[in-house]
Amino acid sequence: MRIFTQFSEKIREINARYAKPKVEMSPAIKFSLTGLRIYLLVLVVLLLYKFITLIPAGN
Amino acid sequence: MDFFSTLYYRTKKVLKSLKMYLAIAGPGLVVMIADNDAGGITTYAATGAKYGYHLIWFLLLLIPVAYYVQEMTVRLGAVTKRGHAEAIFESFGAFWGWFSLLDLMVVDWLTLVTEFVGMTSALNIFGVPPWLTVAGVIGLMGIIVLNGRYWTWEKIALGFCLLNLVYVPAAFMVNPSVKEILGNGLIPNLPGGLNNDLFFLLMANIGTTIAPWMLFFQQSSVVDKGLHEKDIKMGKADTLFGAIITVFVAIFIVVVTGTLLHGVPIDDAATAARMLMNMNHFTGALLAIGLFDAGLLGAICISLASSWAFGEIFGWAHSLNTNVKQAPWFYASYFFTLITAGIVPLIPGAPLVLITLFVQVIAVTLLPAALVFLILLLNDKKTMGEYANTPMQNWITGGIVVAIIILSTMYGVSAIFPNLFK
Repeated sequence: MRIFTQFSEKIREINARYAKPKVEMSPAIKFSLTGLRIYLLVLVVLLLYKFITLIPAGN
Repeated sequence: MDFFSTLYYRTKKVLKSLKMYLAIAGPGLVVMIADNDAGGITTYAATGAKYGYHLIWFLLLLIPVAYYVQEMTVRLGAVTKRGHAEAIFESFGAFWGWFSLLDLMVVDWLTLVTEFVGMTSALNIFGVPPWLTVAGVIGLMGIIVLNGRYWTWEKIALGFCLLNLVYVPAAFMVNPSVKEILGNGLIPNLPGGLNNDLFFLLMANIGTTIAPWMLFFQQSSVVDKGLHEKDIKMGKADTLFGAIITVFVAIFIVVVTGTLLHGVPIDDAATAARMLMNMNHFTGALLAIGLFDAGLLGAICISLASSWAFGEIFGWAHSLNTNVKQAPWFYASYFFTLITAGIVPLIPGAPLVLITLFVQVIAVTLLPAALVFLILLLNDKKTMGEYANTPMQNWITGGIVVAIIILSTMYGVSAIFPNLFK
């Protein structure tokens, strides 16, 4: 139990340490990161769909 | 007299450069050759068996792709002295940092499973039971990392890289037609047109040539080795040399299966090795030995990529130059990843072929994210200074990323509409 508490404390510490991005958020970077979010969301959903439909088929 | 003094001077200069290269060489060569891992060997064997020599031109295109992507990690590591995970956390914040770390963890673990699948099936050809292969590999990898020196680890890894060249004599042993290789292989063509099968294989080839773990691995390796800005030139040469070797080894595998197994459906490299043994015993044996070596080399690097990344973020000691007492969590995460992945091929009925094929595709789908971060990091002039990307480098790497995003998206769409490219 103690190890989990320590672990969650460590994660909180990491989140606090890196809360603010160091790189200057220029419009180009903001655009890239937003595009990346959308891209990943769409592709992950598509791949999960493919994976889930393939497993029952036994391929 | 002038001639001899010039000759002496030039030879001395070349030897000095060679000595310098040998001191710096390692991260680029190891990461590139480890890239020809068990999954990679399966992909190349399947490519040759299905399309003969017709896709060799595509593999050649992957040399500059692999080089331009990986050389950025050399600059980033040498200038910032930080690993890739830490660089993403610091530059883009915790959200993207955790995303990259979890992405790395999932892809690495799945890839590690495929390495064990490759190694167990390769040694099974020689009658070695899978449990013994898994136990032996974990023991061997323990010995390799627990010596407490990066230098020793790297030289052992380079030794395994040399063994990757067994495909070269194997290709000569099958007497391929050079005329056909040059005629069919070097002219860009899409045999049978762009359909789902061809597309899947092209994606798998990209996925096995550039993978997210390679970015994390090479940057951490550059940092652990202690390379500085002055070493960047040699580090880049090391990466280029590695890119050329890795693609040439891939071509030799395609030549072997393209010559003897053209038209035969291949699910994995071990099946190809078994079939080849019936036709040409030594070629089949070399393919099996090469498959084991590829799996081992991949496992050595991939498990380290995750452990380095975790160490960077969690603040644990995370160097191969430390011992278990100094870096217990680094070694614990290393062995945890290794053992859990090693158990999977021993589970009866585990969908191993599906995992092997999907890991390549999942890796290439998540690759654009890693590449976008890499390009953004290399454009941070405040941190990178004179080593930031030039406009030309941005055009080249930007083009590569756009091409991969288009291919990934096309694959995603074809997943929902399977008949789209038929």
